Amino acid sequence: MRVPVDWLGEYVTLPEGVTGEQIAADLVAVGLEEEGLHTSGVGGPLVVGRVLEMTPEEQKNGKTINWCQVDVGDANGSGEPQGIVCGAHNFAVGDLVAVILPGGSLPTPQGPLTISARKTYGHVSAGMICSVRELGIGEDHDGILVLPRLLPAEVVARLAPGDDLIGVLGLDRETVEVNVTPDRGYCFSIRGIAREYSHATGAAYTDPASLPVDRGEGEGYAVRLADEAPLEGIPGCDRYLARVVRGIDLTRTTPEWMARRLTEAGMRPIGLAVDVTNYVMLALGQPLHAFDLATLGGPVVVRRARPGERLTTLDDVDRALDPEDLLITDGGERVLALAGVMGGEDGEVTPGVTTDVLIESAHFDARSVGRTSRRHRLSSEAAKRFERGVDPDVTAAAAQLAVDLLVEHGGGSADPAVTDADQRPERPVVDLDLTLASRYVGVNYDLQRVLEILRLIGCEVQGEAADRVVTVRPPSWRPDLTDAPGLVEEVARIDGYDKIPSVVPRAVGGRGLTHGQRARRAVATALAGQGLQEVLTYPFVGAERFDELGLEDDDPHRDAVRLANPLSDEAPLLRTALLQTLPEALRRNVSRGSRDVALFEIDSVTLPAGEALAPVPGVGEQPDDEVLAQIRSAVPAQPWHVAVMAAGQADRSGWWGRGRPVDVVDVVGWAHAVADALGVEVRREQSERASFHPGRCVDLTLADGTLVGWAGELHPTVVQRLGLPARTSAAELDLDVLVAASDHRTQASPLSTHPLATSDVALEVPRGVRFSAIEESLRAGAGELLESLELFDVYAGDQVAQDRHSLAFRMHFRAPDRTLTTQEVNEARDAAVRRAAQDHGAVQR
Amino acid sequence: MPAGTDEGGSPREGGGSASSGPALTQESVEADVAQALEAIARAGDLDGLKEARLAHAGDRSPLAQANRAIGGLPGPEKAAAGKLVGQARGRVNQALGRRQQELEAERDERILVEEAMDLTVAPGRRPLGRRHVLTVTAERMADAMVGMGWEIAEGPQVEAEWFNFDALNFDKDHPARQMQDTFFVEPAKAGLVLRTHTSPVQARSLLERGVPLYVAVPGKTFRTDELDATHTPVFHQLEGLAIDEGLTMAHLKGTLDRLAEAMFGAGIVSRLRPAYFPFTEPSAEMDFRCFVCRGEPTAPPCRTCGGTGWIEWGGCGMVHHNVLRACGVDPERYQGFAFGMGVERTAMFRHGIADMRELIEGDVRFNAQFGMEI
Ligand SMILES: [Zn+2]
Repeated sequence: MRVPVDWLGEYVTLPEGVTGEQIAADLVAVGLEEEGLHTSGVGGPLVVGRVLEMTPEEQKNGKTINWCQVDVGDANGSGEPQGIVCGAHNFAVGDLVAVILPGGSLPTPQGPLTISARKTYGHVSAGMICSVRELGIGEDHDGILVLPRLLPAEVVARLAPGDDLIGVLGLDRETVEVNVTPDRGYCFSIRGIAREYSHATGAAYTDPASLPVDRGEGEGYAVRLADEAPLEGIPGCDRYLARVVRGIDLTRTTPEWMARRLTEAGMRPIGLAVDVTNYVMLALGQPLHAFDLATLGGPVVVRRARPGERLTTLDDVDRALDPEDLLITDGGERVLALAGVMGGEDGEVTPGVTTDVLIESAHFDARSVGRTSRRHRLSSEAAKRFERGVDPDVTAAAAQLAVDLLVEHGGGSADPAVTDADQRPERPVVDLDLTLASRYVGVNYDLQRVLEILRLIGCEVQGEAADRVVTVRPPSWRPDLTDAPGLVEEVARIDGYDKIPSVVPRAVGGRGLTHGQRARRAVATALAGQGLQEVLTYPFVGAERFDELGLEDDDPHRDAVRLANPLSDEAPLLRTALLQTLPEALRRNVSRGSRDVALFEIDSVTLPAGEALAPVPGVGEQPDDEVLAQIRSAVPAQPWHVAVMAAGQADRSGWWGRGRPVDVVDVVGWAHAVADALGVEVRREQSERASFHPGRCVDLTLADGTLVGWAGELHPTVVQRLGLPARTSAAELDLDVLVAASDHRTQASPLSTHPLATSDVALEVPRGVRFSAIEESLRAGAGELLESLELFDVYAGDQVAQDRHSLAFRMHFRAPDRTLTTQEVNEARDAAVRRAAQDHGAVQR
Repeated sequence: MPAGTDEGGSPREGGGSASSGPALTQESVEADVAQALEAIARAGDLDGLKEARLAHAGDRSPLAQANRAIGGLPGPEKAAAGKLVGQARGRVNQALGRRQQELEAERDERILVEEAMDLTVAPGRRPLGRRHVLTVTAERMADAMVGMGWEIAEGPQVEAEWFNFDALNFDKDHPARQMQDTFFVEPAKAGLVLRTHTSPVQARSLLERGVPLYVAVPGKTFRTDELDATHTPVFHQLEGLAIDEGLTMAHLKGTLDRLAEAMFGAGIVSRLRPAYFPFTEPSAEMDFRCFVCRGEPTAPPCRTCGGTGWIEWGGCGMVHHNVLRACGVDPERYQGFAFGMGVERTAMFRHGIADMRELIEGDVRFNAQFGMEI
């Protein structure tokens, strides 16, 4: 809402010399956020000049400039004429013009332009003769501002060269822009803002709605309120006031002061009828509509739309109406307007044609207007106000003000008759325990002060401080005040939020972080410690990404939750795996020169929602257990994942020597690090997964076989399609599985301090047998004395048969209670080898 | 090879048995010892010493030969000769040992010199990774709440419309619900949205844990904003909810002041400013004094706060009765407050980050500016 300061000053007494900035700060204190401060941007000296001489000089470029001598009085300090070069020609010697002198400034789209004396066209030009456009007081005029053409003669008569023009041209005017929260529709009016300013500062407030209102004689234009399908039991229109003005000339121009206020408030002056209705709306917050009386055939009937009805609204859109849309109709048949939202072509006033006007000042239901506005994606100044609540008691005053202005500026006369179809319900009351304010806000309010504030904001209060509990009827312009805490808020707000002390509450104490939260921190720290960089990518993907990743048509990862209104049609789905969105981050880093990059992300992914729908049972009441269970179960599963993607070098090259490219072993190692960080033992099983190299992918599982995730090198085709560096490797794990598996207290085993015995064996095995299978056999065969075991070499070549290779294992033995003898070690080793031979046909070399 | 090593050995090269050896006299033994000691002293390195040892203490050295010759001496001379040769060999061995030590020490020292490396160039074989500034910031905020005795809760990002709106007193026709710029899940009747704030976890926590309750909820939230320097469709909040007997707005202010202090340091000046949110009443915005200009007018206007002197941190207020009712809490007995602070804003102001996009893009150079604890 834009608030021209001088308009505000008409309804509330502003302190002498108050600035827009101060007004904005005062309004902030009562909850109106400052959006901006609009000024002319013109800085003085800007003075009256009289053109004494003007010498046209033709330039080489064919342009003619005028070298002028301008009398600016004493404003230039010397009293001598000022020499100024001017390119325009629409003025003459003797004209009074606006001159900006060096040191002054003009607004430009690039910011303020400071004027200085400068050499141009062979002269020193000391200032500028200004145009209307340069001063920002008009768009449509070209050339120099010749003062008598803009200002009234009596004003010009008082002007002399050197007189300051900033005030005369209104360039000192300021407009404060504030953000109005959606609960306070009444602040979409100067009336409402003035009242708030008065609350904030104590300044005297004059309600612009208290003007003499014609009660009306005789029967006015017929109006019928005929809403047969109220929404949620509330009639779409509970008051419709109609006034008629006849014989007006709508071709007359809108008075300058009104046009200027409209412009400053952000509305474009259009024509007298529309300007007057807009002006009243801005002043009082009551949207009005003007109909051409001559085009109306029957009574105004306010009703809901019928199936199949259509209306072409003033924005030239032909709209199919919905049975919930509330309409203004002519005799119940011809549709004139979407009530409170926008008019149609029929019934509109036409300057030069229309002479008799019917003014509609009505109160429409906020919900009904809001739904219609949203349904038709049709936002209007009227809808914005009705949706947030318009004062139902301002209807008559608003109509009166409009009638008065039309008669004053358009001629004609108002019909004595007034139609006021008034079905306003009684405003509800709220019982308020006056001590609630102190108990709720933490400020010790005197009960008298509470009463005073309630009355100040317009509440009618039944009862006194001694009663403790009083009955409060909030003012008509505050439909948002419906309960006791709402009234408490008013007390706190008007008394000042700055009075609220700062007290740290003593919480009941709890467990702090959950195991899962701590576990995710541990995983992130572990991966970062391994050299990986945490990223947070957007969860939005498109089906094309699934193709790029090589997912089969029936891959469950394709089954993703879809957004109805995605930011981009290319990415309407929510990722089902983190690996789907990591490629962009990796690519961005590579393209910015970070070629060795290992990324990880920890976030939840969204699995498909299923068919269940989540009920939406509405506000203010706890749904029963069954409905709550339905709501909860319709929310898709969103397990936490961790994913890793890496390319480039794992060990960087440098002066210390050669580097080593990151490979699949690194990634499998990091996947293990995640499990290790949580103390969970995982097993590996060679696997083939979409997106991965068919021979370089491994599944990680818990001991009981539960799948944790997988790690591998991305398939070369996938790498190519995604534009990733060759050999990019990746892993994705379900953190929830690991978190659950780690949620227990690990018990320590005592350490043996007896010496370690080591024995190496080389086994020739068929190539098809997995290393892990042989390892398992060796472990099983070796028994309890085996402490650890590692595969340290793999040999294939001349020394072994073609379909076999030789694996070298180092086995470490230790007993808890004694030093092992060579014989014991050898026996255990031989047993391990026998087992490997038996299970896999391994032959010791 | 030092030339001297030959002298001790070669004259007797191919020498015969003890019986045919030279006379075993004090002089001859002394001469052998002197030759040995000289050779030992002349040995310039361990290899040279090894040769000297072979020549003067080895099996075929003069002293070894002399020792073997003792056996051929007449009985009475044997003892004296034995003593003479024994002492001589002892002296040579001692010298050998000393020289060995000296040369080893010299060698060790030389190796250390040779192995010296210039370590003034930064190592970079395996640089440390980093946590993301936003997650670390959110953790710091959560930890501050834990420090006040609160628990940390969490909830789903794809959320039921009821939890995101209705449970929080957003009537489906209220403009505030439309102003949330919500991502909706298809089909429209699914009743699901991407949560527009972390506040639905208020309702979930109240329903699941009951009262009294002090929970904070860090998490990801979504609005249909395009990414620019100050907006992102995906952002983070830290939600707080305290419901107990006797909680007031003063406790809300106290809690936020303490949190602000944890994030921005002591002496932070804050203010509450009236605002509107459907799920709180009274509602407020929490601002803090701009720590760049401290509210003093500057020219040009302060970039951090836009010249207002205050920095908006987040919304807050006393929990609306309708929220308590929707979660089965008796508003006549329990009351409390809630707040939602922007994690991005917190990180940006804490670390002077001017452009939101740097927090989003995942450029590893960004987080590399920070440690793991920020
Ligand atoms: Zn500042």
